[in-house]
Amino acid sequence: MIYLTLIWEFLQVGLFSIGGGLATLPFLYGMTDRYPWFTREMLTNMIAISQSTPGPIGLNMATYAGYAAAGALGGVVASLALITPSIVIALVIVRILDHFRTNKYVAFAFYGIRPAVTALIAFAVLGIAQVTLLRAGAPDVASMFDYRRIALFLLLVVCIRKFKKRHSAWFLLAGAIAGLLFKL
Amino acid sequence: MELWEIFSVFFKIGLVTLGGGYAMLAILQNDLVRRLKWLPGEKLIDFYAISQSLPGLIGVNTAMFVGWHKARTPGLFAAALGVSAPSIIVILVVAMFIGNFLHVPAVKFAFNGVRAAVAAIIVDAVFAMWKSGVKDKPTFVIFLVSLAALALAPTMSPVIPVVAGAIAGVAVKTAAERRAAAQTGGGPR
Repeated sequence: MIYLTLIWEFLQVGLFSIGGGLATLPFLYGMTDRYPWFTREMLTNMIAISQSTPGPIGLNMATYAGYAAAGALGGVVASLALITPSIVIALVIVRILDHFRTNKYVAFAFYGIRPAVTALIAFAVLGIAQVTLLRAGAPDVASMFDYRRIALFLLLVVCIRKFKKRHSAWFLLAGAIAGLLFKL
Repeated sequence: MELWEIFSVFFKIGLVTLGGGYAMLAILQNDLVRRLKWLPGEKLIDFYAISQSLPGLIGVNTAMFVGWHKARTPGLFAAALGVSAPSIIVILVVAMFIGNFLHVPAVKFAFNGVRAAVAAIIVDAVFAMWKSGVKDKPTFVIFLVSLAALALAPTMSPVIPVVAGAIAGVAVKTAAERRAAAQTGGGPR
Protein backbone atom coordinates (compact mmCIF):
# COMPACT_ATOMS: atom_id res chain seq x y z
CA MET A 1 0.00 0.00 0.00
CA ILE A 2 1.33 3.36 -1.05
CA TYR A 3 0.56 5.07 2.29
CA LEU A 4 2.62 2.53 4.20
CA THR A 5 5.48 3.02 1.75
CA LEU A 6 5.21 6.79 2.24
CA ILE A 7 5.20 6.41 6.03
CA TRP A 8 8.22 4.11 5.96
CA GLU A 9 10.18 6.39 3.62
CA PHE A 10 9.40 9.64 5.45
CA LEU A 11 10.00 8.17 8.92
CA GLN A 12 13.54 7.52 7.69
CA VAL A 13 13.85 11.04 6.33
CA GLY A 14 12.67 12.46 9.66
CA LEU A 15 15.06 10.32 11.64
CA PHE A 16 18.20 10.79 9.58
CA SER A 17 18.03 14.26 8.06
CA ILE A 18 20.21 16.29 10.39
CA GLY A 19 20.91 19.97 9.86
CA GLY A 20 17.70 21.43 8.53
CA GLY A 21 15.56 21.35 5.43
CA LEU A 22 18.12 20.76 2.70
CA ALA A 23 19.30 17.64 4.52
CA THR A 24 16.06 16.00 3.35
CA LEU A 25 17.20 16.51 -0.24
CA PRO A 26 19.42 13.40 -0.64
CA PHE A 27 16.49 11.25 0.56
CA LEU A 28 14.02 12.78 -1.88
CA TYR A 29 16.61 12.52 -4.60
CA GLY A 30 16.98 8.80 -3.84
CA MET A 31 13.20 8.37 -4.12
CA THR A 32 13.32 9.47 -7.79
CA ASP A 33 15.37 6.33 -8.48
CA ARG A 34 13.14 3.94 -6.59
CA TYR A 35 9.60 5.22 -7.06
CA PRO A 36 7.59 6.67 -9.95
CA TRP A 37 6.25 9.43 -7.66
CA PHE A 38 8.14 12.37 -9.17
CA THR A 39 11.05 13.03 -11.52
CA ARG A 40 14.30 14.84 -10.70
CA GLU A 41 13.07 17.79 -12.70
CA MET A 42 9.87 17.90 -10.66
CA LEU A 43 11.93 17.64 -7.47
CA THR A 44 13.84 20.78 -8.42
CA ASN A 45 10.56 22.63 -9.06
CA MET A 46 9.44 21.34 -5.69
CA ILE A 47 12.48 22.80 -3.94
CA ALA A 48 11.77 26.18 -5.54
CA ILE A 49 8.12 26.10 -4.42
CA SER A 50 9.14 24.99 -0.92
CA GLN A 51 11.67 27.80 -0.62
CA SER A 52 9.14 30.43 -1.56
CA THR A 53 6.19 29.26 0.55
CA PRO A 54 5.88 29.57 4.34
CA GLY A 55 7.00 26.94 6.81
CA PRO A 56 10.02 24.70 7.25
CA ILE A 57 11.44 23.68 3.85
CA GLY A 58 11.79 20.01 4.77
CA LEU A 59 8.13 19.83 5.72
CA ASN A 60 7.06 21.61 2.53
CA MET A 61 9.04 19.13 0.49
CA ALA A 62 7.51 16.16 2.32
CA THR A 63 3.98 17.48 1.77
CA TYR A 64 4.66 18.08 -1.90
CA ALA A 65 6.34 14.70 -2.40
CA GLY A 66 3.49 12.92 -0.60
CA TYR A 67 0.94 14.77 -2.72
CA ALA A 68 2.78 13.88 -5.91
CA ALA A 69 2.84 10.25 -4.82
CA ALA A 70 -0.69 9.77 -3.49
CA GLY A 71 -2.78 12.94 -3.51
CA ALA A 72 -3.80 15.21 -0.62
CA LEU A 73 -3.98 12.40 1.93
CA GLY A 74 -0.50 11.31 0.81
CA GLY A 75 0.75 14.84 1.51
CA VAL A 76 -0.65 14.80 5.04
CA VAL A 77 0.61 11.25 5.71
CA ALA A 78 4.16 12.04 4.50
CA SER A 79 4.29 15.23 6.60
CA LEU A 80 3.12 13.50 9.77
CA ALA A 81 5.55 10.63 9.18
CA LEU A 82 8.35 13.17 8.74
CA ILE A 83 7.74 14.91 12.07
CA THR A 84 6.99 11.77 14.11
CA PRO A 85 10.65 10.88 14.86
CA SER A 86 11.27 14.51 15.88
CA ILE A 87 8.33 14.39 18.29
CA VAL A 88 9.59 11.16 19.88
CA ILE A 89 13.16 12.46 20.14
CA ALA A 90 12.01 15.82 21.53
CA LEU A 91 9.93 14.04 24.19
CA VAL A 92 13.08 12.22 25.33
CA ILE A 93 15.56 15.07 24.97
CA VAL A 94 13.59 17.68 26.95
CA ARG A 95 14.03 15.50 30.01
CA ILE A 96 17.82 15.25 29.70
CA LEU A 97 18.37 18.61 28.05
CA ASP A 98 21.43 19.88 29.87
CA HIS A 99 23.13 16.51 29.88
CA PHE A 100 22.68 16.13 26.11
CA ARG A 101 24.19 19.53 25.35
CA THR A 102 27.38 18.93 27.30
CA ASN A 103 27.90 15.27 26.40
CA LYS A 104 31.22 14.96 24.60
CA TYR A 105 30.24 11.87 22.59
CA VAL A 106 27.29 13.76 21.13
CA ALA A 107 29.76 16.47 20.06
CA PHE A 108 32.16 13.83 18.66
CA ALA A 109 29.39 12.23 16.61
CA PHE A 110 28.40 15.57 15.12
CA TYR A 111 32.01 16.28 14.26
CA GLY A 112 31.78 13.28 11.90
CA ILE A 113 28.17 13.75 10.77
CA ARG A 114 28.69 17.29 9.44
CA PRO A 115 31.21 16.41 6.68
CA ALA A 116 29.14 13.32 5.72
CA VAL A 117 26.01 15.48 5.31
CA THR A 118 28.03 18.01 3.30
CA ALA A 119 29.05 15.19 0.94
CA LEU A 120 25.44 13.99 0.65
CA ILE A 121 24.14 17.39 -0.35
CA ALA A 122 27.10 18.06 -2.67
CA PHE A 123 26.28 14.80 -4.43
CA ALA A 124 22.61 15.74 -4.75
CA VAL A 125 23.70 19.03 -6.34
CA LEU A 126 25.34 17.07 -9.16
CA GLY A 127 22.01 15.45 -9.97
CA ILE A 128 20.21 18.77 -9.89
CA ALA A 129 22.85 20.39 -12.10
CA GLN A 130 22.35 17.57 -14.56
CA VAL A 131 18.63 18.21 -15.05
CA THR A 132 19.00 21.98 -14.82
CA LEU A 133 22.07 22.82 -16.86
CA LEU A 134 22.36 19.99 -19.38
CA ARG A 135 20.06 19.12 -22.26
CA ALA A 136 18.68 15.61 -22.20
CA GLY A 137 19.16 13.54 -25.34
CA ALA A 138 21.67 15.86 -27.03
CA PRO A 139 23.38 14.34 -30.12
CA ASP A 140 26.94 15.28 -29.05
CA VAL A 141 28.89 16.63 -26.09
CA ALA A 142 29.09 20.22 -27.37
CA SER A 143 25.31 20.63 -27.68
CA MET A 144 24.73 18.92 -24.36
CA PHE A 145 25.55 22.01 -22.33
CA ASP A 146 22.88 24.65 -22.07
CA TYR A 147 25.19 27.67 -21.97
CA ARG A 148 22.53 30.27 -21.18
CA ARG A 149 21.30 28.35 -18.17
CA ILE A 150 24.87 27.73 -17.01
CA ALA A 151 25.57 31.46 -17.28
CA LEU A 152 22.44 32.27 -15.27
CA PHE A 153 23.42 29.67 -12.68
CA LEU A 154 26.96 31.07 -12.27
CA LEU A 155 25.69 34.64 -12.10
CA LEU A 156 23.25 33.66 -9.36
CA VAL A 157 25.94 31.80 -7.38
CA VAL A 158 27.97 35.05 -7.34
CA CYS A 159 24.90 37.15 -6.44
CA ILE A 160 23.92 34.86 -3.56
CA ARG A 161 27.46 35.11 -2.13
CA LYS A 162 27.36 38.87 -2.51
CA PHE A 163 23.88 39.56 -1.13
CA LYS A 164 23.85 37.05 1.71
CA LYS A 165 21.11 38.71 3.72
CA ARG A 166 18.50 38.66 0.96
CA HIS A 167 15.84 35.99 1.23
CA SER A 168 16.14 33.08 -1.24
CA ALA A 169 12.76 33.99 -2.73
CA TRP A 170 14.44 37.02 -4.37
CA PHE A 171 16.93 34.81 -6.21
CA LEU A 172 14.16 32.47 -7.31
CA LEU A 173 12.21 35.47 -8.58
CA ALA A 174 15.30 36.68 -10.46
CA GLY A 175 15.63 33.20 -12.00
CA ALA A 176 11.96 33.22 -13.04
CA ILE A 177 12.27 36.66 -14.66
CA ALA A 178 15.45 35.66 -16.51
CA GLY A 179 13.74 32.45 -17.65
CA LEU A 180 10.79 34.43 -19.07
CA LEU A 181 12.92 37.14 -20.70
CA PHE A 182 15.37 34.80 -22.40
CA LYS A 183 12.94 31.91 -23.01
CA LEU A 184 15.33 29.50 -21.35
CA MET B 1 -7.43 27.44 26.77
CA GLU B 2 -3.69 27.29 27.01
CA LEU B 3 -3.17 24.46 24.49
CA TRP B 4 -5.31 26.20 21.91
CA GLU B 5 -3.28 29.37 22.48
CA ILE B 6 -0.02 27.47 21.91
CA PHE B 7 -1.43 25.90 18.75
CA SER B 8 -2.71 29.19 17.34
CA VAL B 9 0.46 31.17 18.17
CA PHE B 10 2.61 28.57 16.39
CA PHE B 11 0.11 28.32 13.54
CA LYS B 12 0.60 32.05 12.91
CA ILE B 13 4.38 31.68 13.18
CA GLY B 14 4.33 28.77 10.72
CA LEU B 15 2.26 30.86 8.36
CA VAL B 16 4.61 33.85 8.22
CA THR B 17 7.96 32.02 8.29
CA LEU B 18 9.43 32.04 4.81
CA GLY B 19 12.50 29.93 4.32
CA GLY B 20 12.69 28.29 7.74
CA GLY B 21 15.76 28.34 10.00
CA TYR B 22 17.20 31.74 10.82
CA ALA B 23 14.14 33.67 9.70
CA MET B 24 12.11 31.70 12.19
CA LEU B 25 14.48 32.44 15.09
CA ALA B 26 13.98 36.17 14.58
CA ILE B 27 10.18 35.78 14.59
CA LEU B 28 10.26 33.58 17.70
CA GLN B 29 12.46 36.11 19.47
CA ASN B 30 10.05 38.91 18.67
CA ASP B 31 6.78 37.07 19.32
CA LEU B 32 7.51 34.65 22.14
CA VAL B 33 10.22 36.45 24.09
CA ARG B 34 9.43 40.13 23.63
CA ARG B 35 5.68 40.22 23.07
CA LEU B 36 4.19 37.19 24.86
CA LYS B 37 7.02 36.71 27.41
CA TRP B 38 6.66 32.93 27.29
CA LEU B 39 10.35 32.36 27.97
CA PRO B 40 13.64 34.29 28.39
CA GLY B 41 15.77 34.95 25.29
CA GLU B 42 18.68 32.76 26.41
CA LYS B 43 16.37 29.80 26.83
CA LEU B 44 15.13 30.26 23.26
CA ILE B 45 18.70 30.33 21.91
CA ASP B 46 19.46 27.14 23.86
CA PHE B 47 16.40 25.41 22.39
CA TYR B 48 17.40 26.57 18.92
CA ALA B 49 20.99 25.34 19.32
CA ILE B 50 19.86 21.88 20.44
CA SER B 51 17.29 21.72 17.62
CA GLN B 52 20.06 22.20 15.09
CA SER B 53 21.89 19.13 16.32
CA LEU B 54 18.83 16.87 16.42
CA PRO B 55 17.34 14.97 13.50
CA GLY B 56 14.37 16.56 11.82
CA LEU B 57 13.40 20.12 11.06
CA ILE B 58 14.95 22.92 13.09
CA GLY B 59 11.78 25.02 13.17
CA VAL B 60 9.57 22.15 14.30
CA ASN B 61 12.09 21.03 16.92
CA THR B 62 12.41 24.53 18.39
CA ALA B 63 8.62 24.93 18.49
CA MET B 64 8.26 21.62 20.35
CA PHE B 65 10.78 22.64 23.02
CA VAL B 66 8.98 25.94 23.58
CA GLY B 67 5.64 24.09 23.74
CA TRP B 68 7.07 21.74 26.34
CA HIS B 69 8.48 24.65 28.32
CA LYS B 70 4.99 26.20 28.38
CA ALA B 71 2.75 23.17 28.97
CA ARG B 72 4.86 19.99 29.08
CA THR B 73 3.91 17.07 26.79
CA PRO B 74 0.50 18.37 25.60
CA GLY B 75 2.16 21.71 24.84
CA LEU B 76 4.84 19.95 22.81
CA PHE B 77 2.20 18.31 20.61
CA ALA B 78 0.16 21.52 20.26
CA ALA B 79 3.29 23.40 19.12
CA ALA B 80 4.37 20.66 16.67
CA LEU B 81 0.95 20.53 15.00
CA GLY B 82 0.50 24.30 15.05
CA VAL B 83 3.80 25.09 13.37
CA SER B 84 3.38 22.30 10.76
CA ALA B 85 -0.26 22.81 9.77
CA PRO B 86 0.10 26.03 7.69
CA SER B 87 2.84 24.70 5.45
CA ILE B 88 0.96 21.44 4.87
CA ILE B 89 -2.18 23.37 3.88
CA VAL B 90 -0.36 25.92 1.70
CA ILE B 91 1.69 23.30 -0.14
CA LEU B 92 -1.35 21.10 -0.76
CA VAL B 93 -3.19 24.06 -2.32
CA VAL B 94 -0.14 24.97 -4.44
CA ALA B 95 0.37 21.33 -5.44
CA MET B 96 -3.25 20.93 -6.54
CA PHE B 97 -3.07 23.84 -8.95
CA ILE B 98 0.53 23.94 -10.15
CA GLY B 99 0.07 20.90 -12.41
CA ASN B 100 -2.41 22.88 -14.53
CA PHE B 101 0.12 25.64 -15.08
CA LEU B 102 3.31 23.72 -15.81
CA HIS B 103 2.27 23.12 -19.43
CA VAL B 104 1.91 26.83 -20.24
CA PRO B 105 5.11 27.85 -22.15
CA ALA B 106 5.68 31.03 -20.10
CA VAL B 107 5.46 29.05 -16.84
CA LYS B 108 7.85 26.48 -18.29
CA PHE B 109 10.42 29.15 -19.13
CA ALA B 110 10.06 30.73 -15.70
CA PHE B 111 10.57 27.39 -13.99
CA ASN B 112 13.65 26.64 -16.10
CA GLY B 113 15.13 29.88 -14.75
CA VAL B 114 13.95 29.10 -11.23
CA ARG B 115 15.63 25.69 -11.35
CA ALA B 116 18.97 27.32 -12.19
CA ALA B 117 18.40 29.55 -9.13
CA VAL B 118 17.64 26.51 -6.97
CA ALA B 119 20.89 24.88 -8.07
CA ALA B 120 22.74 28.11 -7.18
CA ILE B 121 21.09 28.30 -3.74
CA ILE B 122 22.04 24.72 -2.92
CA VAL B 123 25.61 25.21 -4.13
CA ASP B 124 25.80 28.17 -1.76
CA ALA B 125 24.44 26.03 1.09
CA VAL B 126 27.13 23.42 0.37
CA PHE B 127 29.80 26.15 0.62
CA ALA B 128 28.42 27.20 3.99
CA MET B 129 28.25 23.62 5.26
CA TRP B 130 31.77 22.99 4.04
CA LYS B 131 32.97 25.94 6.12
CA SER B 132 31.36 24.74 9.33
CA GLY B 133 31.83 21.00 8.83
CA VAL B 134 35.11 20.35 6.99
CA LYS B 135 37.67 21.91 9.25
CA ASP B 136 40.64 19.54 9.46
CA LYS B 137 42.19 16.41 7.96
CA PRO B 138 39.82 13.80 9.50
CA THR B 139 36.67 15.69 8.47
CA PHE B 140 38.10 16.19 4.98
CA VAL B 141 38.69 12.42 4.73
CA ILE B 142 35.13 11.70 5.94
CA PHE B 143 33.84 14.09 3.28
CA LEU B 144 35.90 12.46 0.50
CA VAL B 145 35.08 8.90 1.52
CA SER B 146 31.34 9.71 1.70
CA LEU B 147 31.46 11.34 -1.73
CA ALA B 148 33.43 8.43 -3.23
CA ALA B 149 30.99 5.91 -1.73
CA LEU B 150 28.06 7.85 -3.23
CA ALA B 151 29.77 8.01 -6.62
CA LEU B 152 30.29 4.23 -6.59
CA ALA B 153 26.81 3.42 -5.27
CA PRO B 154 24.52 6.33 -6.23
CA THR B 155 21.39 4.59 -4.96
CA MET B 156 22.87 4.05 -1.49
CA SER B 157 20.59 5.22 1.33
CA PRO B 158 21.72 8.56 2.85
CA VAL B 159 21.36 6.86 6.24
CA ILE B 160 24.65 5.01 5.67
CA PRO B 161 26.98 8.05 5.36
CA VAL B 162 25.23 9.76 8.31
CA VAL B 163 25.67 6.78 10.63
CA ALA B 164 29.19 6.01 9.37
CA GLY B 165 30.12 9.68 9.85
CA ALA B 166 28.88 9.58 13.45
CA ILE B 167 30.90 6.44 14.19
CA ALA B 168 34.01 7.85 12.50
CA GLY B 169 33.62 11.11 14.43
CA VAL B 170 33.45 9.36 17.79
CA ALA B 171 36.38 7.06 16.86
CA VAL B 172 38.65 9.86 15.61
CA LYS B 173 37.95 12.19 18.53
CA THR B 174 38.25 9.46 21.17
CA ALA B 175 41.58 8.32 19.68
CA ALA B 176 42.83 11.91 19.63
CA GLU B 177 41.88 12.29 23.26
CA ARG B 178 43.75 9.09 24.21
CA ARG B 179 46.82 10.24 22.32
CA ALA B 180 46.74 13.60 24.10
CA ALA B 181 46.39 11.85 27.46
CA ALA B 182 49.33 9.51 26.66
CA GLN B 183 51.54 12.45 25.69
CA THR B 184 50.98 14.20 28.99
CA GLY B 185 52.26 11.09 30.75
CA GLY B 186 48.98 9.20 30.96
CA GLY B 187 47.79 11.46 33.74
CA PRO B 188 44.17 12.19 34.47
CA ARG B 189 42.17 13.85 31.71
